[in-house]
Amino acid sequence: MKIKIEGLNHIYNPGNPFEIKALDDVNLEIDKGEFVGLIGHTGSGKSTLIQHLNGLLKATSGKIFIGDTEITKKDVKLKSVRQKVGLVFQYPEHQLFEETVYKDIAFGPKNLGLSEEEVDKRIKESMELVGLNFTEVKDRSPFELSGGQRRRVAIAGVLAMKPDILILDEPTAGLDPKGRDEILGQIKHLYDKYNITIILVSHSMEDIAKLVNRLIVMHKGKVNMEGNPRDIFKRVDELERIGLGIPQITYLMRELRNRGKDVKDDVLTVDEAKIELLKYLRSNDNA
Amino acid sequence: MNNTMIKVDNLTYEYTNNEDKTNIALDNVSLEIEKGEFVVVLGHNGSGKSTFAKHINALLLPTKGNIYVNGMNTQDEEKLWDIRQTAGMVFQNPDNQLVATIVEEDVAFGPENQGIEPKEIRRRVDRALEIVEMTKYKEHAPHLLSGGQKQRIAIAGVLAMNPECIVFDEPTAMLDPSGRIEVMNTIKKLNKEEGKTIVHITHYMDEAVEADRIIVMEEGKVVLEGTPKEVFSQVDKMKEYGLDIPQVTELSYKLRSEGIELPLDVLTVEEMVKLI
Amino acid sequence: MLKNITIGQYFPGKTIIHKLDPRIKILITLLFIFSLFFIDSFTPYLFVVAFILTSVGLSKVPLKFILKGLKPLLIIIMITFLINAILTPGEVLYRLGPVKITIEGLRQATFMALRLIFLIVGTSLLTLTTSPISLTDGIEKLLNPFKRIGLPAHELAMMMTIALRFIPTLLEETDKIMKAQMARGADFESGNIMNRAKSLVPLLVPLFISAFRRADELAMAMEARCYRGGDNRTRMKELSLEIRDYLALGISFVLLGIIILFRYFI
Repeated sequence: MKIKIEGLNHIYNPGNPFEIKALDDVNLEIDKGEFVGLIGHTGSGKSTLIQHLNGLLKATSGKIFIGDTEITKKDVKLKSVRQKVGLVFQYPEHQLFEETVYKDIAFGPKNLGLSEEEVDKRIKESMELVGLNFTEVKDRSPFELSGGQRRRVAIAGVLAMKPDILILDEPTAGLDPKGRDEILGQIKHLYDKYNITIILVSHSMEDIAKLVNRLIVMHKGKVNMEGNPRDIFKRVDELERIGLGIPQITYLMRELRNRGKDVKDDVLTVDEAKIELLKYLRSNDNA
Repeated sequence: MNNTMIKVDNLTYEYTNNEDKTNIALDNVSLEIEKGEFVVVLGHNGSGKSTFAKHINALLLPTKGNIYVNGMNTQDEEKLWDIRQTAGMVFQNPDNQLVATIVEEDVAFGPENQGIEPKEIRRRVDRALEIVEMTKYKEHAPHLLSGGQKQRIAIAGVLAMNPECIVFDEPTAMLDPSGRIEVMNTIKKLNKEEGKTIVHITHYMDEAVEADRIIVMEEGKVVLEGTPKEVFSQVDKMKEYGLDIPQVTELSYKLRSEGIELPLDVLTVEEMVKLI
Repeated sequence: MLKNITIGQYFPGKTIIHKLDPRIKILITLLFIFSLFFIDSFTPYLFVVAFILTSVGLSKVPLKFILKGLKPLLIIIMITFLINAILTPGEVLYRLGPVKITIEGLRQATFMALRLIFLIVGTSLLTLTTSPISLTDGIEKLLNPFKRIGLPAHELAMMMTIALRFIPTLLEETDKIMKAQMARGADFESGNIMNRAKSLVPLLVPLFISAFRRADELAMAMEARCYRGGDNRTRMKELSLEIRDYLALGISFVLLGIIILFRYFI
């Protein structure tokens, strides 16, 4: 399902001394099956933008299309929009409320009015997707699970709605490296298996570099840059000016290139750097 | 002259969970931290690092063994307030450690509890806010500040108590990158310019690169200890403990396995550039 | 939506009214309310108006701002007015079926409405010109003498401070949880009362859990900062009475005097 955003503006507290223009003429198109990274400094408008995509926030002006539906219209059925566009908030484990994991994940599908069997099926599927053992975990209270497990329950709760578009707002915030790698691995798996559209909001350039195939950079409510991560990470100076950085490994290759070494500087991961440097060192024999 | 700030002597901490099972959070830990040192404790969630931090401030007491803060045993009830005054503590969630509705009132909270003269409190509050560079926000409401700013206020609140040592219990875990940089710069400043002993608990490896010493914890035990170079060069072990290493260190490790002669203790881009 | 609620809103300033000792301001407000209940004719209201207008003028809080505070209470004022106008017996001025408005009723109604309006304006001037923290300080100090009979003055003030500190945080949190549940198809806005009450469970459970977690962490942070109750505690800003405080209190007593004079001697 394609996302199309036309001239989107959002103003908080209009006409009040605390007026803030959170989104300023945003125009974007995201195709079905894209894995998009959304980055920007805190307050750049990322969170405001994603909350428009499932109708949680109302645009001050502008249009948003999800597939063929214009969701910025007045009479649009928000429930069906929220089914199509799944939104996982930051620290999603804070939304858990049921006595058991099973019941909590069932909340979304039940709100959609699905049959018991369908709900049951979806709970099984989504728990598997986030790597939770159905029989072991389903009857436990979400509050006695570990932080990382609670987060996965919350993500499963959104996946059980079977969205076509999945938006994740910093899904790894506060997790340790192991928990982070697990969640990111599951997101990648989900993407590869179902080919749904994913929008990942993250502060970690390393994670972004490993996963996404397109990058959108926001600054002061505007789309500041967009494109392939390789191309965007080349614009270090611009990124740094708006309070962002690039992965350490990309810095390294860039620095080497600046010193006249003949290496590619659009490297995103350690493995790419390894291959590139091996080529360089072996061909020059200057190791 | 005694140079030891914190001495941990066979410290074990056990607790019972809801199901009446006994868990060992800290397992016979012994270590020493010197005055003026900047120590980072690394470990993943549940490794015991936060439990350890709370022992330094006598918020938790050992099941077995002892821990001494500037020579005072944390189990000595008469010394409790002296210990908390000597070793201040900053916590993870910036929202849940600010008490007052105005920044400077919050910073004053600690010294007020200590029963210090109003004029002296005023002096300490002004100085603490100056150190964390938040003077111009002194009359603001804390809930309108950014995460990094709130954490700096929390740091000022601890500083105003004139501690010799500050324990940071994952102060950056909930912050965005710029907030993390703000807090890390403040922490380094406290160590270098104010001479405070720092115990910084984190799972972000990049915050450990500049420490004097790193202590890695796993399942309640100290499993690695040494300078950042010594610790990060143990790439296999770090991975086994589920921890990150700098990307350049990993690169160097991978190039070595391809037969390229490179040292393992490369931590920064500058060092790596010189080697290639 | 939730962010528009401001409790005990404070209008910062550095005027003489702002600088008055909070204890004195609380006492004056109490005296003022007390005076209002002594009034039984219209003339003393002139003094009340003069007193209020002078105070508002000195505080530099825009009158508009204060009147805006009356808005949510307008309905209560109108109901009071109507009830008094209709139910007071006397000379009938206007009749509509069984409902009759009397001259006495109208007089009584105006009277009560004015009393309510002045009451609200007077107290909101207190909260508008006194920061929450000095207000709690003032209350704590005023209640201190009652400690001997077991009143936990310090604890009450501390609770108020913490409540004020966490109201915005919890409002923000409510907003977040509501949105997270709405993203899972929750509906907080439609249905009958039963359904709506039920729909609040997914909001209230996480909110309470979070509040308890916060309380737990805050308690630990306070302990780490050597908090051990009100004993031996000092304050950075000590309250001290100055000439202007005595003067202000004096003026309020004069107002009370005038009103009593009108009631019993004129």
